[in-house]
Amino acid sequence: MYIATARRAPAAGGTGRIAANVLALGAVSLLTDVSSEMVTAILPLYLVLGLGFSPLQFGVLDGIYTGVTALVRVVGGHAADRWQRRKLVAGLGYGISAAGKLGLLAAGTSATAMGLVLAGDRTGKGLRTAPRDALITLSSEPSALGRAFGVHRALDTVGAFLGPLVAFCLLWTLPARYDVVFVVSFCFAALGVLVLVLFVRDHRDVLPGVAVSLKSAFGLLRAKPFRRVCLVACGLGFLTLGDGFLYLLLQKKLDVDVAYIALLPLGTAGVYLLAAVPMGALADRVGRWRMFLVGHLALLGAYLLFAGASGIALLAGVLVLHGLFYACTDGVLMAVAGPLVPDELRTSGLALLQTGQVLARASSSVLFGALWTWFAW
Amino acid sequence: MVRVLFVVAAVIVLGVGATAYALRAPEEVAVAVEPGPVELSAGRLLFVDGASGRVASVPMSDPGGPRRVSSLSCKRFYTAARQGLCLADRSGPFPGSVAIFVGQSLEETHRIDVAGVPNRAKLSPDGRMASWTTFVTGDSYAQTGAFSTRTGIYDRETSLYQSNLEGTRIAGMKRAEDMNFWGVTFTGDDRSYYATLSTGGKTYLVDGDAVDISATPLRENAECPSLSPDGKRLAFKKRVPGDGARPWRQHVLDLTTMAETPLAETRGIDDQVVWLDDDTIAYGLPGEGIWAVPANGEGTPRQLVPHASSPSLVS
Repeated sequence: MYIATARRAPAAGGTGRIAANVLALGAVSLLTDVSSEMVTAILPLYLVLGLGFSPLQFGVLDGIYTGVTALVRVVGGHAADRWQRRKLVAGLGYGISAAGKLGLLAAGTSATAMGLVLAGDRTGKGLRTAPRDALITLSSEPSALGRAFGVHRALDTVGAFLGPLVAFCLLWTLPARYDVVFVVSFCFAALGVLVLVLFVRDHRDVLPGVAVSLKSAFGLLRAKPFRRVCLVACGLGFLTLGDGFLYLLLQKKLDVDVAYIALLPLGTAGVYLLAAVPMGALADRVGRWRMFLVGHLALLGAYLLFAGASGIALLAGVLVLHGLFYACTDGVLMAVAGPLVPDELRTSGLALLQTGQVLARASSSVLFGALWTWFAW
Repeated sequence: MVRVLFVVAAVIVLGVGATAYALRAPEEVAVAVEPGPVELSAGRLLFVDGASGRVASVPMSDPGGPRRVSSLSCKRFYTAARQGLCLADRSGPFPGSVAIFVGQSLEETHRIDVAGVPNRAKLSPDGRMASWTTFVTGDSYAQTGAFSTRTGIYDRETSLYQSNLEGTRIAGMKRAEDMNFWGVTFTGDDRSYYATLSTGGKTYLVDGDAVDISATPLRENAECPSLSPDGKRLAFKKRVPGDGARPWRQHVLDLTTMAETPLAETRGIDDQVVWLDDDTIAYGLPGEGIWAVPANGEGTPRQLVPHASSPSLVS
């Protein structure tokens, strides 16, 4: 039941086992990711072929996502702290996304209804991330936080790995039955909510000693260590090329068919999946902040490979480094930031950091997208 | 322990529910079928049968009557000069298509594997040039350029195959990563064509040359052109304001005067229409079968074949 490593060095600290709450949250994320990745994998097909949307309309729908999540994250984080109801807010997020899967069936061919359903889905995602990560930090031993996040992210990635596979296999056996994909996706999401309700324990023992307000949430930025983490994370986020671009570059450089772009993320996910736990544990030992920065060196290495390598070496090198980048940074950053924020403001603090990161990445995507369009060839 | 039982029960309930939903009997489609071979002979309207997904035909004199159904499965079918082009699904865990060339009795003569999901298929009037469009999608993670079209042109005489028009030079435009082509219609000279170009959030009607690999934009907001048999007019769909999946109105452009006329069909047509003669176009509407409407903006639409799509007429 517990993912424990027998050969773990005592220096890593902690009791050696991952808190049941973290495993439960990991299971919830796994199920939810199967559900959401199933839908994202086939949504373009469904909109364009099932409903007859033009590919351009699809692009517009896609654009509303990021703004929605950013806003909701901060509000959700604040609400979770204010009433010390992290599980409730996270559950609300998971629930909204689950209901959205049925909404996809109901939206029919209306672009407005479809836009609302998709926005709802992203709202759910925005709501749940910060309280979930706050619960992980509050449930784990501070000395083994990196590993706890590693376990959670590994489980999460298993879901992301399985989702598209399940969706395409369903469509393969039941051609053009997008509705079945949505129904199955809903089932996975509903199971996720159920596991959350039954197995995840909220941490309400910490009662706010100070009044929790939005102002106090932003006041966190006055503390130098947390501010530094936020600034550096956003700055690096701005310099990070979106995954899509990286895969597009790989496809161009290797001159493989566009259709195979879909397979490239599986390489990254595979490496991330395998490396998340060891890198998290290593971060606990050598320093999480250092690990976070090293992760970005791995990404830089991946970019540099484009200049030097070619063929299979380029492909394998980029995907391995890209997967390591995620393993060294994604959960690790939360493990860095968690202890810097007082318990009662934990969710707000993490939400703030995630929002900054999301916005930095989104603006860099827009910028790179524009450059790509203007200077291509 | 109780909690685990709850989860197990939920897995069973949801699993049974989803399976029952998936296996739900599809709605029965009642269409009259008559025995007999499907051949590309004069006066027959060819189409893809809605119930079976196979190529079928009816006489143009009685399109609503019993149909003949073949064994050839296609997503899209087009016929010209007693030749046929079938764009079919090539099933697998990732979407793929195959362009199948068939002769007069729908016997296969040649095939080309194509990436992406079938969308459009067309032959030149004498059957020599073939073109098809497929949709290629990345999955969830590849957000950028999440959807693109691929349009191929194949010359059956020289076996010259351009797998994607994206390399085409566009007069007055810089090459851009977001350039997508779809919906080719050939003229009678077997080299020039009209097609849709999409770039920078706009669509253009382009006049292309398959030999020079170049094209010139003619006007904005025109998709899926289809050239009339006399070569003087182009039918195309034009985006009009409105909610819904198909915000298009079919128009006809006079190539001599460059005047365009909206047609009487007000339901959004998302199809590359075909010309039945110089005065009438035919098209498929999802769930409503094949319809025809006069090409001069007058009259009213009438249904030709129920439960059918992708029409084309053997002249």
